[in-house]
Amino acid sequence: MEGPLPRPAQVRFDSCVSSQTSTDASLVRRARNGEQAAWAELVERFSRYVYAICHQAYRLSQHDAEDVFQEVFARAYQHLDKLRSDDAIRPWLGQLTRRLCIDRLREASRETPMEEIEPPDVDESLARIDEAIAVHEALDDVPQHCREILDRFFCRDESYTTIGNELGIPSGTIASRISRCLKRLRELLEGGKKMPAESV
Amino acid sequence: MSGYDETRLAELLAALPPAPAAWVRAAQELPLARLGLDDLVRRAEEDAVFRRRLIADLEAALQAEGIEADPALAEALRRRLEPDF
Repeated sequence: MEGPLPRPAQVRFDSCVSSQTSTDASLVRRARNGEQAAWAELVERFSRYVYAICHQAYRLSQHDAEDVFQEVFARAYQHLDKLRSDDAIRPWLGQLTRRLCIDRLREASRETPMEEIEPPDVDESLARIDEAIAVHEALDDVPQHCREILDRFFCRDESYTTIGNELGIPSGTIASRISRCLKRLRELLEGGKKMPAESV
Repeated sequence: MSGYDETRLAELLAALPPAPAAWVRAAQELPLARLGLDDLVRRAEEDAVFRRRLIADLEAALQAEGIEADPALAEALRRRLEPDF
């Protein structure tokens, strides 16, 4: 097994954390009808999930993770019409990704017993990824500027300086902005009182 | 859902970094493969005249080949032929 994957390449920010305006089911329907933009959005929406399963849960090498990632979406595109419920795209992709990851690990170690092929903490990792998905989905309900700053700092590991330069805000205010946005996100997740948008 | 302190939230946010951009783009272009994107790129790499025609007027060059100039296909082709565009 090779070492951990390098930090992901930067991609256009607005395509990664824009608020989800289409339901999973409507995206699947539109993609199935041949709408290229819907397929592109579907890939964007689930790319972190598939990547996390390959990378974090099954700890595939970069090369294997890329192969599985592409295979997952190729099969998804090919079999969109066989999906029992359009709402079930995420669990379907998750199951497909796990199966392909196991196949890839099995190919690499044919003589190894199945229970030794999977990383010992795979179930915990998958549970953590599911929890992270819930948190990311909650990001859709925080103001855009919070979504952007939290994603840049925590997911993309950008420095205060980079964030400040990109967003045109003083870097000295970023820590406090992050703190307020985290608090807002926490309140949303806990279903409690919401801070007024202007206060974050 | 309850029990999220801010440290835990930060950990969970960091647990979902974006996939590498090139991987995402390749997966997004899967439908375009059916329209012959890879074949067009390969031909443009091997045939300088065809490449020049594409760069001069991509839509017209595709139509001359009998290929519908799908906007997504044209955009992906421009991206793949960079930096000439």
